[in-house]
Amino acid sequence: MAATLTETAVDKSTAVDGSYAARISHVSKSFGRPGAQQLVLDDITIDVAPGEFVTLLGASGCGKSTLLNLVAGLDKPSAGEIEVPGGRPALMFQEHALFPWLTAGKNIELALKMRGLAKSERRDEAERLLELVRLKGAYGKRVHELSGGMRQRVAMARAIAQDSQLLLMDEPFAALDAITRDVLHDELTRIWRETQLSVLFVTHNVREAVRLAERVVLLSSRPGRIAREWEVDIPQPRRIEDSAVADLSVEITEQLRGEIRRHGQH
Amino acid sequence: MASTETTSHTPDTKEGGDLAGLEAGLDALETQTAQRTAFGRKLLSKALPPIVAIGLVLLLWQLAYHFKVKEHYLLPSPADVGRTLQEKWLEGTLLDYVWTSLSRGALGFLISVAIGTPLGLIVARVKVVRAAIGPILSGLQSLPSVAWVPAAIIWFGLSDATIYAVVLLGAVPSIANGLVAGVDQVPPLYLRAGRVIGATGFNGVRHVLLPAALPGYIAGLKQGWAFSWRSLMAAELIVNAADLGVGLGQLLEQGRELQDMSWVLSAILLILVVGIGIELLLFAPIERRVLRSRGLLAKS
Repeated sequence: MAATLTETAVDKSTAVDGSYAARISHVSKSFGRPGAQQLVLDDITIDVAPGEFVTLLGASGCGKSTLLNLVAGLDKPSAGEIEVPGGRPALMFQEHALFPWLTAGKNIELALKMRGLAKSERRDEAERLLELVRLKGAYGKRVHELSGGMRQRVAMARAIAQDSQLLLMDEPFAALDAITRDVLHDELTRIWRETQLSVLFVTHNVREAVRLAERVVLLSSRPGRIAREWEVDIPQPRRIEDSAVADLSVEITEQLRGEIRRHGQH
Repeated sequence: MASTETTSHTPDTKEGGDLAGLEAGLDALETQTAQRTAFGRKLLSKALPPIVAIGLVLLLWQLAYHFKVKEHYLLPSPADVGRTLQEKWLEGTLLDYVWTSLSRGALGFLISVAIGTPLGLIVARVKVVRAAIGPILSGLQSLPSVAWVPAAIIWFGLSDATIYAVVLLGAVPSIANGLVAGVDQVPPLYLRAGRVIGATGFNGVRHVLLPAALPGYIAGLKQGWAFSWRSLMAAELIVNAADLGVGLGQLLEQGRELQDMSWVLSAILLILVVGIGIELLLFAPIERRVLRSRGLLAKS
């Protein structure tokens, strides 16, 4: 089991053959009326390989959430192209966005139903997904009966229920307390390796980015441009307090601060 | 191996069963245990204040009667009103009056729901329609439905149709407005989440928009019932014909014609009791259930 995991971990980093889970090529996005347009994203090009975990890192105003919305198909780019061959990507928000009128299990089943899974199979599949996020027995629980961390795990199960190749995550743990966030990092790493999903994860937390990703993409702000990329070859599972994680975080933070400083200079 | 790990200060808990245990512990710590108050206590804290309030009103009434604030035929005592109610009850006609009004009110309300619901949904979702009739719809709510009675009488004469027309004109706008308000209050995040999982178009309305708007819709239904009942009484007071059944409004009007104040007060009391009763026995439990299941009801 462990062997197969490391094997897939090796060959998914080689995306030279042209296969990709998402291809963002020369994407720009501006908002506002013609004539008074504000450029939010400028010429962004990112390929996410199948099974790869990429974090998009940036300060406020770098357009990282805008970029996720574009990849999710909730908005259209002003220029450039986005290709997602695996179908509609799954998206997790900072808020759990679970429907309070449904139980945890039924929330997942709704995603299964929308995906077209037969009614007879939905219940079992929902139970299986709850087990994947270690919430066995939470099927009949209402959303308000769950803690913040449990809600985000149900949201994760719902996202995986879409059976998409690509999981987009928009600062999904930003509202959680540090202990819960730490546990969910472990959880997400485990689930990512088990499901072999491709993940595009947006955050403004440098440590989180390094803790999770195989590749960290730093965006500059206003407009969002790719400032630099880092391959993270620290072996998983990692800890947020690992010294290797800390070292790379210091390096990235320096660069990030440099990007932010530029905005104060004029 | 496992035993050395547990005694060691820096256990290698990077992966494996420890994470599951850690998570289970966190879940247990963060899950609130619902506290239930004893039934008897709940009943006491809920029922006692209104009982005391009613008692006080009766006391004041009795005092006003005792000191003859008005002549007794103008202000009968609570006991007089009770006796009148008892007489009517013994005549065996009281429940007929209540039933006549109640069935009219219920039918009128149901028709209003059937019209107001699609109307509200269209106004809430179609911009042009909203711009066109949205303001009229909310404006209609401030028009007392008794104002429709003369018009309805001219159109339909002294008939059931007149009564239902007045009820509908009173209740439909408030039900539709309730649904519009409910849809407006749906957090945009739910709609986005719905689109992400593929609930678009009809599925989006059926699985996301409507359930999300339910609390506002129920509030609208509740108000719609109140409007139905009020409009019905206004209509019954004025639309009085021999071949129409006698409802509570007509009963009230008969009391006035006979200048019998305890009769009039009995009828007012009955109208109030039925109106409040439906609200308490039908709408309040439904509303409570919906809100509680969504965690929107503050636990006292």
